[in-house]
Amino acid sequence: MSADYAAIAPPSARRVRWSLDHADFLGSLLVAPAVLFILCLVAVPFFLAIYYSLSAYNMGTLSFSFVGLDNFIAVTKSEIFRRSLANTLLFTVASNLIALVLGKIAALVLLREFRGRMVVRCLLILPWAVPVALAAITWRWMLDSMYSVINWVLVHSHLVPAYVWPNWLGEEGLAMISIIVIQAWRLFPFSAIIFLAGLTSVPKTIIDAAYVDGAGYWRRTFQIVLPVILPIMMVAMLFGLVFTFTDMSVVYLVTKGGPTNSTQVLGSLAFQVGILSGDVGRGAAISLYFFPFLLVATFFLLRYLRRREI
Amino acid sequence: MLRKLFHESGFVGALIGLLLFAAFPFYWMVITAFKRDSDLYNLDFNPFVFNEPPTLEHVNLLFTQTAFVRWVENSLIIGLAVVAITLVTAVPAGYSLARMGGRKAESLGIGIFLTYLVPPTLLFLPLARVISLAGLQDSLWSLVLVYPTFTIPFCTWLMMGFFKSVPRAIEEAAIVDGCSLLGAFVKVVLPVSLPGILTVVIFTFTLTMQEFIYALTFISTESQVPVTLGVATDLVRGDIFYWGSLMAAALIASVPFAILYNLFLDRFIMGITGGAMK
Amino acid sequence: MGQVVARRLRKEFGDVAAVDGIDLEVRDGEFMVFLGPSGCGKTTMLRMIAGLEQPTSGDIVIGSSVVNGLPPRSRGIAMVFQGYGLYPHLKVRDNIAFPLRTQGMARAVIEMKVAWAAGILGITRLLDRKPRQLSGGEQQRVALARALVREPTVFLLDEPLSNLDAKLRTSARNEIKEFQRDVGTTTIYVTHDQVEAMGLGDRIAVLEHGKLRQVGTPSQIYEDPADTFVATFLGAPPMNLLERGELIEGFRPENFLHQDLQQKGIEPARYSFKVQRIEYLGNERVLYGFIEGQPDGHEYTARISSHVSEPVLREGGTYPFTVHPKDLKYFDKSTGKRLAAARNGGRA
Repeated sequence: MSADYAAIAPPSARRVRWSLDHADFLGSLLVAPAVLFILCLVAVPFFLAIYYSLSAYNMGTLSFSFVGLDNFIAVTKSEIFRRSLANTLLFTVASNLIALVLGKIAALVLLREFRGRMVVRCLLILPWAVPVALAAITWRWMLDSMYSVINWVLVHSHLVPAYVWPNWLGEEGLAMISIIVIQAWRLFPFSAIIFLAGLTSVPKTIIDAAYVDGAGYWRRTFQIVLPVILPIMMVAMLFGLVFTFTDMSVVYLVTKGGPTNSTQVLGSLAFQVGILSGDVGRGAAISLYFFPFLLVATFFLLRYLRRREI
Repeated sequence: MLRKLFHESGFVGALIGLLLFAAFPFYWMVITAFKRDSDLYNLDFNPFVFNEPPTLEHVNLLFTQTAFVRWVENSLIIGLAVVAITLVTAVPAGYSLARMGGRKAESLGIGIFLTYLVPPTLLFLPLARVISLAGLQDSLWSLVLVYPTFTIPFCTWLMMGFFKSVPRAIEEAAIVDGCSLLGAFVKVVLPVSLPGILTVVIFTFTLTMQEFIYALTFISTESQVPVTLGVATDLVRGDIFYWGSLMAAALIASVPFAILYNLFLDRFIMGITGGAMK
Repeated sequence: MGQVVARRLRKEFGDVAAVDGIDLEVRDGEFMVFLGPSGCGKTTMLRMIAGLEQPTSGDIVIGSSVVNGLPPRSRGIAMVFQGYGLYPHLKVRDNIAFPLRTQGMARAVIEMKVAWAAGILGITRLLDRKPRQLSGGEQQRVALARALVREPTVFLLDEPLSNLDAKLRTSARNEIKEFQRDVGTTTIYVTHDQVEAMGLGDRIAVLEHGKLRQVGTPSQIYEDPADTFVATFLGAPPMNLLERGELIEGFRPENFLHQDLQQKGIEPARYSFKVQRIEYLGNERVLYGFIEGQPDGHEYTARISSHVSEPVLREGGTYPFTVHPKDLKYFDKSTGKRLAAARNGGRA
């Protein structure tokens, strides 16, 4: 909005209230509610979290006492915390990688014109569309220690002896694999959508030029298409990584962090310590460990958001 | 020739594999919801088919002996309220940022968008305190207060992208015709941007309905929970999972999402990538 | 050598024939322009020659070999696309090198060729920039360098100037013409702009609805159009066409004169021209008006050079105009095709 509007408007328009015509004022006014909301309910709580982490604040005692970095030190020394951190990294990287690969394959499948393509697209979207709570309990049922349909299939194809089937949610390694698979299942449709959108946004001219220049399929894909869609891919991937890294839904709903903290992640640990056990100071310290990762992600996000070739 | 065969079988294989992976859990949902318990919990039966005739008893139980309907109502109330708040804040903000132009607006826009990155698992602790200070603990209104923290940033960015694609010429025409700036916005730009606003509404609605972490943190009373939380936690009596009813609930609650997402998928894509690719 | 021959070339998309049986020969070293309105098939022709589309039937011969099944890189062609199609993420240097890298050439050789091509196009100082840092004209030169570096037998250009603004177009056009003159490679250029075509082509192939209407030098096409389509497509304002019984009589606005040619001993065609409006364009005036005897509302044009001094013509006035008989063209009313000679002097 520029001052030009005020200049070209006829006198009758200028008679309207000053505030509605003054561009800069109006602009700030329109953004104000959103900014205010975010400041009050995101920025302030964020700093509150920092404040809590530096104090011994218990839900029970409701008393504050400044303890400096004690919480952070205690947390870092905690075996469970370190386990959670490692789990979180594994969980995040593995599930996003699988989702990336599956998403790319799904995008390539959906690029082809075939009958029933729309139906397939509808079905492939479902894991992303459905609320996590509903999906998680479904998977929990599918991986039930007694009635798992997957185990039934394994037993009946004679890959596993009867009654000695894997306890997907009850054994340490298997539980981690389970939640990784579930998270990848949730994420891949989003990855596919982004891939599709990116691929279709590459101007055909460039692809034709590469073909005429003698580039075969693989060269075209890796040297021309991929670099051009890289910024949008990176933005989507960074979001996926941040989202998974800080998420606790799948873990809480499917394994509750068990067995014996083998699937505990930072988010679920923060929940357990800060909310369930009421040790707010320590809980805040745990969740503040997200901060460095968020900073790094933000840095890269900004770079890629600005650097768009198309 | 052989190469083509290889490609074709690879394509079909990938297609089937992906379909099975993505959709099987839903098939499982459906079949469990309508199987009798005696059929369900019998390990000798083939789990993929109905060995005994299907039944509506789980659905029945869901509607008569649980607060499922109340939960759906809660979700709807929360959804509508959050949509209203988001529209009132994000749409004007998006417009302002789109029209203000220049580095300031772009930076503010990106700044607002980046708050979307701040995770619930960080904010839930201080927000729990804020909620109890406001006396909203255990009430669904706590969620109405908190959900806009992620819907507003995202929708502001979405609307920014949409508004940028509205040609300034029509606003200027309205102003020359006698509108004030705000008048031009309301009378001319908004109607033209209805598709974008619709996308924001759908997005916001689905985002709030899918949310779990804040709901889990702030609400423990069964009568106040939204449907996704209720199904996940309150349908478990003690340690016993009533899988039939659980799956029936999951199925019924999932259907609207399946429909909404499929109807509006193209809009979603345009919204997400359109904004990113401006 | 570098000639290109299309034999009974046909391309169908569904039940629409984008190219409907075209026979055409492009001579070695010539600058051939495919001209026509959108949808006429000119781009499809070009893409078939390039190998980006496969013909439904017919042959394409480049040099002395039929290239029908061959991919673009084996045809000895290079192409410049509308919008140039430069790889946005690569530097100019790597853009030009790309077609050589796909052939697996040695790095030293590639560097040498890139330097050579950049030198010819005068873009050596731009080698380390990215496409988005270049102006439209510079981008064109990079696209030409990328095409040149493969030393192809045929250059194919697909409306490369259509994204440029008018002023830039003329200088860009000149650069292309000079470039082709320097390298001497057979060139096929597609455009819908007839001024561009006339300015660039050694010969022009006029296409419409998938069919070849006429092939010839610019003057042949302009002076001797094969049918009414070619007659009206070339030249702006277009040729005036009058109905005369079974025939259509045509003459160009610049030949529609206010002078009486009888003085020079010529019996001209005479018309009564009622001038509706006059446009003063600096170097000339364009007169729009009606001709007596022709259907009402049908406008005809006359172009009068500004340095011709004569009695002032006014809007609303009716004046006797003449056309030299040699400037009259006759066409068959039903087919639109040009008739060799006028019958009965052409006037009913």
